[in-house]
Amino acid sequence: MARHRRGVLAALAAAASLALLAACGGGGGDGGSGSGRTTLVVKTFGQFGYDELYKKYEAAHPGVTVKEENIAKLGDYAPKLQQWMATGRGAGDVVALEEGILTQFKADPGKFVNLLDYGAGSLKGNFLDWKWQQALTTDGKDLIGLGTDVGAQGMCYRTDLFKKAGLPTDRDQVGALWPTWEAYLATGERFTKAGTGAHFFDSSGSIYKNILIQQGDHTYYDTSNKLVMESNPGVKAAWDQTVRMITAGLSGNILSYSPQWNAGFKKGTFATIPCPSWMLGTIEKQAGPENAGKWDVAKVPGAGGVNGGSFLAVPKQSKHQKQAADLVKYLTAAQGQTAAFQAKGNFPSSPQAIDSPAVQGYTAPYFGNAPVGKIFGESVKALKPLYLGPQNNPINDEVTNALIAVEQGKLSPDAAWKKAVGDAKRLVQ
Amino acid sequence: MATHLRPSTAAPPTRDAPAPGAHRPREKLLSRLDRGGSPYLFIAPFFLLFAVFGLYPLGYTAWVSLHDWTISGKGDYVGLANYRQLFGDPDFWNALGNTLGMLVVATVPQLVLALIVASLLNQQLRAMTFLRLGILLPIVTSVAAVGIVFSQIFDRDAGMANGLLGLVGVHPVDWRADKWSSWLAISTMVDWRWTGYNSLIYLAAMQAIPRELYEAAAVDGAGRIRQLRSITVPMIRPAVIFTVISSTIAGMQLFTEPLIFGQGPDAISGGSLRQFQTVSMFMFEKAFRNFDYGYGSAVAWMIFLVIMLLTAINFFIVRRMK
Repeated sequence: MARHRRGVLAALAAAASLALLAACGGGGGDGGSGSGRTTLVVKTFGQFGYDELYKKYEAAHPGVTVKEENIAKLGDYAPKLQQWMATGRGAGDVVALEEGILTQFKADPGKFVNLLDYGAGSLKGNFLDWKWQQALTTDGKDLIGLGTDVGAQGMCYRTDLFKKAGLPTDRDQVGALWPTWEAYLATGERFTKAGTGAHFFDSSGSIYKNILIQQGDHTYYDTSNKLVMESNPGVKAAWDQTVRMITAGLSGNILSYSPQWNAGFKKGTFATIPCPSWMLGTIEKQAGPENAGKWDVAKVPGAGGVNGGSFLAVPKQSKHQKQAADLVKYLTAAQGQTAAFQAKGNFPSSPQAIDSPAVQGYTAPYFGNAPVGKIFGESVKALKPLYLGPQNNPINDEVTNALIAVEQGKLSPDAAWKKAVGDAKRLVQ
Repeated sequence: MATHLRPSTAAPPTRDAPAPGAHRPREKLLSRLDRGGSPYLFIAPFFLLFAVFGLYPLGYTAWVSLHDWTISGKGDYVGLANYRQLFGDPDFWNALGNTLGMLVVATVPQLVLALIVASLLNQQLRAMTFLRLGILLPIVTSVAAVGIVFSQIFDRDAGMANGLLGLVGVHPVDWRADKWSSWLAISTMVDWRWTGYNSLIYLAAMQAIPRELYEAAAVDGAGRIRQLRSITVPMIRPAVIFTVISSTIAGMQLFTEPLIFGQGPDAISGGSLRQFQTVSMFMFEKAFRNFDYGYGSAVAWMIFLVIMLLTAINFFIVRRMK
């Protein structure tokens, strides 16, 4: 019997230590509060470039320790985040939200601390207007997060292919070629006629998205979250514009992140590609040192472009909401954003940071010393606030797929449009 | 063998013998408990783990599938509405069709090929061990690596498959644009990985066939093909049934190969028109891209039911064959 009891004890001890482990993993820092020290856990994906900032913050706030828990890929991070938010534990004190995820969470702002309650309202002028609006609920009463970086977009192009086609190669003259998307199409037709053997752009998805975000203040949804894809002329206009480019043969029908897309940067199978700030590194890596100076950056057609971007938010489950909100304000302040830009090249969403000498004076050596800080800065400042509904990203994926089907010659443009609309309707049902 | 395993009634448990007198009744109870209970105790770990990691998630998924469950958590109880919507969802039927289609396209040639390879290996050859090990090598390769390499082989612009087709004057194929071509490419990956494994199972079964049968057949004038058809295949039927069932289950869960084949950020939709989206990809898309957990759970349960149905069909066929 004695033996039996020992077994039970052992099992109990094991269970207790397991529970302890779970508490450590899940609670995120509540252990520290008793001893007077507070540990703030920050959950991030990719690279936010905050290491130096944490050290400075800890030095300025004795008794506070900041611990970042990073998951490399957004695709792995997103489901985990869902889990933490759904179960009410594990999210730590600060979470990074990519803009698509933020949009989906906006339908349920109660899961996050309203940063307006912690005096964030006075910071409005520190962020680009559209970036601020993105994290604000429609009624303007709840602010879920504060902006970190934006995927400021330029148009990357191959100077050698442009030269071959008899087009200008200087980035200002190239930017002047396409004040509008109509002019971009015309340039593409000129390029195609010259017969360089390359296509004008890689695939239509990113072109379409860039045209779409320049079409007024909303896209698939109106501000009351009603699906207005069919009745919003902006969406159809962006679609038609893109289809015209496909039928003119400008698209290489090369899926982004496929092997041929990666190889395309090196071999020059496409002459232009809309490039968000975070893509410059990809291009440099894929094209390789032997192609240095062949890629350059010009402005995008139309009024500005952005692809992606993130926010920091404080989940309601945090035990140190006040300190966490304070940390968020510190990290997203102009100085914080500039530091993150210098560390990892994340383009700031604060006008003050964008105008700082560190950003304005930044050039990209690989891209013929293009003044990308300036080009990207103008690109994001030109954008108007845009309202995105809850299923914005999945709907956009369906539209992109429909465009690919047109490129593949599997669907006529009309049939593809009908399919995209039908898919969108089923998604919101 | 069986006779040795029969419990012998003559020998009582030796443990009882040295314990004399006083504690007898209690000892008896304990030993009866031991004999009746301990087998259950020994198998309990599996069933406990199964209950925690198998049964409970299964039940919970069913519970979620009856709700309007989204990113903001549990919503209203909606009964069977998710299932009703699912039955009217053309994308689900498309995915089911793709899965069953690829199951057939992949499994049939795979098993036939495995049979041929096994019968080739079932004779006196030089470097036998090397060859037998060789056919098993693909199974050690990671699925992701297989996916990446084959995706490049079936690349539209620079792929080896199109290069070889070009040598005989065939136009380059856009492998991801059509159902037939994408199914073919994905089935190739599956077959490359699993043919060796299946042929090893067949080989093991073939080795158990008495040599005399072949000798007798040879004396009667039966050629190699005839021997394969009339002796080998009927004799290894249990192995064939096993491989059919296991391939069916694996085929219903096909996920990684088509996902990697799809490429791009939206690979989960399995092609621009869902040409090669399988049911497990469809489930993942609904639950983790659209965050419609209720609907995703309903898809998961449908996959479970379809696998049960296919297994039942297999089972009845096997019973009739006996």
